[in-house]
Amino acid sequence: MAEGIKDKVAIIGMGCTKFGELWDKSPEDLIVEAFQETVEDAGIDKKDIQAAWLGSHLDDISIGRGVIVFSMALKLPFIPATRTENFCATGTEALRGACYAVASGAYDIVLALGVEKLKDVGYAGLPESGNLNMEGTLGRFTSPARTAPGAYAMMATAYFAKYGLSPEDGKRTLAKISSKSHHNGTLSPKAHLRREVSVEDVMKAPIIAWPLGLYDCCGVSDGAAAAIVTRADMAKSFRPDPVYVKALQIAASSGEELLYTDYDYAHVETTYRAGIAAYREAGIKNPREEINMMETHDCFSINELTQYEDLGISPRGRAKEDVDAGFFNLDGKIPNEVDGGLKCFGHPIGASGLRMVYEMYKQLQGKGGPRQLKDPKIGLTHNMGGTPPSCVVAVGIVGL
Amino acid sequence: MVGIISYGVHIPWHRISHKTISSAMGWFNAASPPGEKAVANYDEDSITMAVAAGTDCLNKLEREKIDGLYFATTTSPYAERQGAGVIATALDLSPEMRIADFAHSTKAGTTALISACEVVKAEAAKNMMLCASDCRLGKPGSTQEHIYGDGGAALLMGDKQVIASLEGYYSVSYDFIGEWRASGEDFEHSLEDRFVQDEGHNKFITQAVSGLLQKYQLSIKDFAKLIYPCPNARLHAAIGRRLGAEPEQIQDSMLASVGNTGVAHPLMLLVAALEEAKPGDKLLIASYGNGSDALFFQVTEEIEKIRDRRGIKASLALRKELSNYEKYISFRNILPIEKGVRGEKYEGYFTPLARQWRERRAILALCGSRCKRCGTPQYPPQRICVKPDCGAVDEMEPYRFSDKKGHLFTYTADNLAYSPSPPRIYGMINFEGGGRYWFDFADCDADSLEVGMPVEMSFRIKYEDKGQGSNTYFWKVIPMRT
Repeated sequence: MAEGIKDKVAIIGMGCTKFGELWDKSPEDLIVEAFQETVEDAGIDKKDIQAAWLGSHLDDISIGRGVIVFSMALKLPFIPATRTENFCATGTEALRGACYAVASGAYDIVLALGVEKLKDVGYAGLPESGNLNMEGTLGRFTSPARTAPGAYAMMATAYFAKYGLSPEDGKRTLAKISSKSHHNGTLSPKAHLRREVSVEDVMKAPIIAWPLGLYDCCGVSDGAAAAIVTRADMAKSFRPDPVYVKALQIAASSGEELLYTDYDYAHVETTYRAGIAAYREAGIKNPREEINMMETHDCFSINELTQYEDLGISPRGRAKEDVDAGFFNLDGKIPNEVDGGLKCFGHPIGASGLRMVYEMYKQLQGKGGPRQLKDPKIGLTHNMGGTPPSCVVAVGIVGL
Repeated sequence: MVGIISYGVHIPWHRISHKTISSAMGWFNAASPPGEKAVANYDEDSITMAVAAGTDCLNKLEREKIDGLYFATTTSPYAERQGAGVIATALDLSPEMRIADFAHSTKAGTTALISACEVVKAEAAKNMMLCASDCRLGKPGSTQEHIYGDGGAALLMGDKQVIASLEGYYSVSYDFIGEWRASGEDFEHSLEDRFVQDEGHNKFITQAVSGLLQKYQLSIKDFAKLIYPCPNARLHAAIGRRLGAEPEQIQDSMLASVGNTGVAHPLMLLVAALEEAKPGDKLLIASYGNGSDALFFQVTEEIEKIRDRRGIKASLALRKELSNYEKYISFRNILPIEKGVRGEKYEGYFTPLARQWRERRAILALCGSRCKRCGTPQYPPQRICVKPDCGAVDEMEPYRFSDKKGHLFTYTADNLAYSPSPPRIYGMINFEGGGRYWFDFADCDADSLEVGMPVEMSFRIKYEDKGQGSNTYFWKVIPMRT
């Protein structure tokens, strides 16, 4: 009888590079830097690592395909190494591979690392593939020439229409979300963007894809993050304050959202399903009461708004009330994007999932610096790749 | 009796006034005729306009029963790839038929019409379809820039439920080098206007019409309408007078509302005449281009049953002023503008042509599948049914979406995405009868869109891959036209 992963695996070391427009760093530089911080934090040697899961998304501008660039940059000594990819959930996917390797009993000490060098594209935004990357070769013919902001902007249009929000009111709600995250970024030394951005700044910003404006969209940046995991019953031999994995779930779109007319494009079904599965795996019955902090996938402000509902924290259609009350602010009941989120770090695709866990890990160990929350016990990460009707979502829960 | 069973037209949404053109180029070419002309959008060409006209023509008709297709144009985007083949696939016609492109002269449309009728008369086919369109370019500062409009017409010829029977025809053909264009050239050369009009238009049209009247022992008075294209209003009137026609007999040339649409023009004027025609009317039509074909039709009682086509009147009313000359010349690829790396990458990224061949019905005809077990239409075609509690495997039948109407479910106007006419507008629509998908939008402004509004589909260029020398076609959403 399958039991899930709760309390079988512990994280004993993590590392995270500075995120930003790192013109002077190649992917190999970022891989090595994240790795170094991780093994130092874990207090182990490279030769202790028995297997590795390495994640990156975009073949053509980061490290190509397969795992060779990773294994050769790190000089991993001929150990089992796998490159994994699952759109923007790649980081969590790498962690999943490492955790399952340990939980299966096949290995005791495993590395998970994610990296992306988005700024090598040569122009603003994610690289253009005519949606072939998103929808395969048929998408080159049948897919609208959409961008990431556009795909999510359509969720804003549908959400506003469904819940009767005027564009002004809707945008203002989204603006509060972005402004909240930017404030957290000012307290976050590794973040790319570290300036306060007011609600009015967000409202007045140029439109990228209507109704989303500049500050409704996360930045495009470079970075890497990593973790070392081990068996829960070995964890305390490495450090007194390991962080335990309570749940790791992924849900992938079935096709119903895009191709069948029931889907309302005002929520993300995969977030909802992965959330339910993660709560069940972690034994959480009332997320609004039991989750202390979160890092959710705020590539676009509308995405974060719907996550509050899809993760079962705010009631459907009423997340605005929680936003207005500051429920998810740093001093709120469940701070979200504690480190500033994708909003302030940007989104090096392969790295983001692990950067989210890094913040939860540090908070649980009392090392959150100026962002430190009071006695957090349980943190949730949510990592999403694709578009609202066609996506994959990873939800992770870690705790003491 | 053989003749026209159905008709359709396409007039592009954008109209540019002659004042806008002369504001830009008047310093070089002072002449400015009255009115405006229709210009294709950046995502239209002769093939897409032919599909649009053909769709209008095939309204409610059984597409499987079409026996053949002719495509007439002087502006095919291809020198080798049958335009008729793309059109037939987009219209979801059977591949088991004969098709042909009629090209290289603006009289090719009437020639194709005659040939199509002859095929039916010879009982080699029960019906033949004709699509005629043109997208001719005039060089900035030229007379042609003012005169040449874009448009398409489609006719279905057959021997049952004929609305206008083809009673007779007469042709003259000459190697008249008044206007010409070499292969690969974008713009035509032309000799002095007066030479072309006097030696060409005036002589050939009157010769063909006179020859027709003589052959069938008829007089100009026998005709309700005299239909012929022209480069300008004065010549148009002069030819009519020369033939002894009364002003009210002469079909309005649409020069001030659409322009001269080349191969399509005489056929678009014919459709305009048919929209107003009464049973018993005789219509005389003459084309122009390296000679002239003159034909005449007799309208039948069946004409009353065909009034639901969109046709000329409704198409004329659907218009949007293109008030910017630079936009017009950039849409027509005369003015190169900065696409940026994103735009170049989008167009130049790998185009999997083997896949397009394999799934041509899905891509070019927008044909999806419908589950035979639960009845759910779905696009793209699926092998496993998308309905959550169905999931039937391989129980699908083909289901065409291109002629289905829908409603706008959600959309955005994207300033980041590459577009020749920013912002790029796209969204998701729910089809009437079931099914949904997301598409690029065409012929609309962002602020005219509303969630829930009715929409329909239009065949367009999806992107041009100049490096590969191909246009990739697909369907876009447009606000409902009917």
